[in-house]
Amino acid sequence: MKVPSPRLRWYERLYLYEVARGMKVTMGHLLRNLFRQSEMPTIQWPEEPKPLPVRLKGRHRLTLRDDGSPKCVACYMCQTACPARCIHIVAEESPEPTIEKRPKVFDIDMLRCVFCGYCVEACPEDAIRMDTGEMAIVSDKREDFIFRIDFLLRGKGEEWKEQGVAESPRRGGLAEPPDDQSEQDLDGGRAGKPPVPSQW
Amino acid sequence: MPAFLAHAGTAILIWIFELSMIPVLVWFERKASAYMQDRTGPNRAAVLGIRMGGLIHTIADVIKLVFKEDATPSQVSRFYYTLAPMMAMSVALLTFAVIPVADDLAVGGQILHWQVLKIDAGLLWIFAVGSLGVLAVILAGWGSNNRYALLGGMRSSAQMVSYELALGLSAVGILMVFGTLDLNRIVQGQGNLLFGFLPMWGVVVQPLAAVLFMIATLAECNRTPFDLPEGESEIIGFHVEYSSLKFALFFMAEYVNIVVAAGITATLFFGGWQIPWLPTASLEAHARTVLLVSLGGAAVLFLLLAGASLRWSRRLKRLYADARRREGDVWAGLLLGLAALCLLGGILALSFPSQGIAPGVFARVAQLGVFLAKVVVLSFLFIWIRWTLPRFRYDQLMNLGWKSLLPLSLLNIVATAAVLRWLGR
Repeated sequence: MKVPSPRLRWYERLYLYEVARGMKVTMGHLLRNLFRQSEMPTIQWPEEPKPLPVRLKGRHRLTLRDDGSPKCVACYMCQTACPARCIHIVAEESPEPTIEKRPKVFDIDMLRCVFCGYCVEACPEDAIRMDTGEMAIVSDKREDFIFRIDFLLRGKGEEWKEQGVAESPRRGGLAEPPDDQSEQDLDGGRAGKPPVPSQW
Repeated sequence: MPAFLAHAGTAILIWIFELSMIPVLVWFERKASAYMQDRTGPNRAAVLGIRMGGLIHTIADVIKLVFKEDATPSQVSRFYYTLAPMMAMSVALLTFAVIPVADDLAVGGQILHWQVLKIDAGLLWIFAVGSLGVLAVILAGWGSNNRYALLGGMRSSAQMVSYELALGLSAVGILMVFGTLDLNRIVQGQGNLLFGFLPMWGVVVQPLAAVLFMIATLAECNRTPFDLPEGESEIIGFHVEYSSLKFALFFMAEYVNIVVAAGITATLFFGGWQIPWLPTASLEAHARTVLLVSLGGAAVLFLLLAGASLRWSRRLKRLYADARRREGDVWAGLLLGLAALCLLGGILALSFPSQGIAPGVFARVAQLGVFLAKVVVLSFLFIWIRWTLPRFRYDQLMNLGWKSLLPLSLLNIVATAAVLRWLGR
């Protein structure tokens, strides 16, 4: 197949005029970015917070009951569901008469975790969530990446979403639209109030 | 003795200028290219929170290059392999020697030349020494004893030899107009006015030659769009086998070559040390006024920059929690200090002597400053072109050199000769 190349005008064939036009473009970009640095698409992460999507799977946390004890009943569902085998649970008897077991050890090896979220879906008690919004897990020692139960219980959810969803003024920012109904539904009601079932 | 001091002083100054332009050009290259492509570029490396807009990264680069292993492959011919980078660098540094940085100054019956090497055939020196750069490329390709390096070296040297023709022939036009090979007299000739208002710069009297010369210097320096030796991914250049500081020498030689090329272009086509509409005599006569105006201008510029730094400082304070948050304040303080220094200098300059040696020396310093500014601007042009244009293919490169630039430069000589004959010169 023959693709006809466009016929060039004489000043285009001279090359110099087109060179000058190209140089005008690059200089335009240079000057715009030099004098309007805050409008550049680059986000100076981690100093500058990045607008995060509300459904982001961050690192895990274990939720608490109202009395402050962990919701987890050490049923091993998350450990079983985990494709990366990063969850390690040891159960013990719970002092509560209505609850059978509670976790004595609940370790998550973040170096193995693939952030698939299967553990969250497997949990029958809503005891494990991935809504902390923390995605930068940094250390210079391997041991630090194994998160113990007391650390997981201290994790905070929800709060980051308020600053995370804020509309970004930048060109090319990643901000999602302010949470509308569809976003709430997709989120399974975890982002805010549980969705009201309309009618079955 | 003063004559020797003038030469030695110019030599040291030029040497320092050439070498200190390397990090500046690397910084231009990284930061300007980043802004042209809507990136931020280097902005992380810091000394005590001072990042100088990414200039500190250059120090980090140098430290990395110095401490890298200098791996010498076993099959190379050691002598040529080691000689080539040294040669590239020393040839690049030598070329600047004949370029005058200021007008001659008569002191106590002696004429001081602000030129490292005062020879009548200055232009010939440039072409003679400049073409030795090809030898470094060939030696590197041959000495590496690597087929790719040899081919790359052959390719680069063919390119440099081809474009040297166009380079030399386009400079012939300037030679005919000013009638001399002495670079200082060429620059002095460019101080005249054409039709009474236009400075007779080379680019005005020889526009075609100026364009041809600048294109040819791009090719001579192996810069984009003719940077085939640098096409790391698609074709391999002559410096495949080099690592660590030996590679860095080639790399630095490239930037020195840019400075040299910019210096030659400024000297031949952009009036060298000439300040337009301000020849040496009137510069000396109005030394005080010029000094006051330039100091005032500098003070205003520093104040504007200080204001910009203060605005930037607010953004830094919002972003950073560490030492970097103070950088805007540091710069603002520094710039305010410089502005105050300029104003103080202005007050002192009110009593600037109009007699004796002082106005003459001031005029030379001003000319030196203007010349170096021209060199920096032209060097930036090289980088600007690099980040705008794509690379030429090898056959396109040769076609352009032999079928366009060479005939055009010959045509330019004929046209110049005809015009000069018509003018009766």
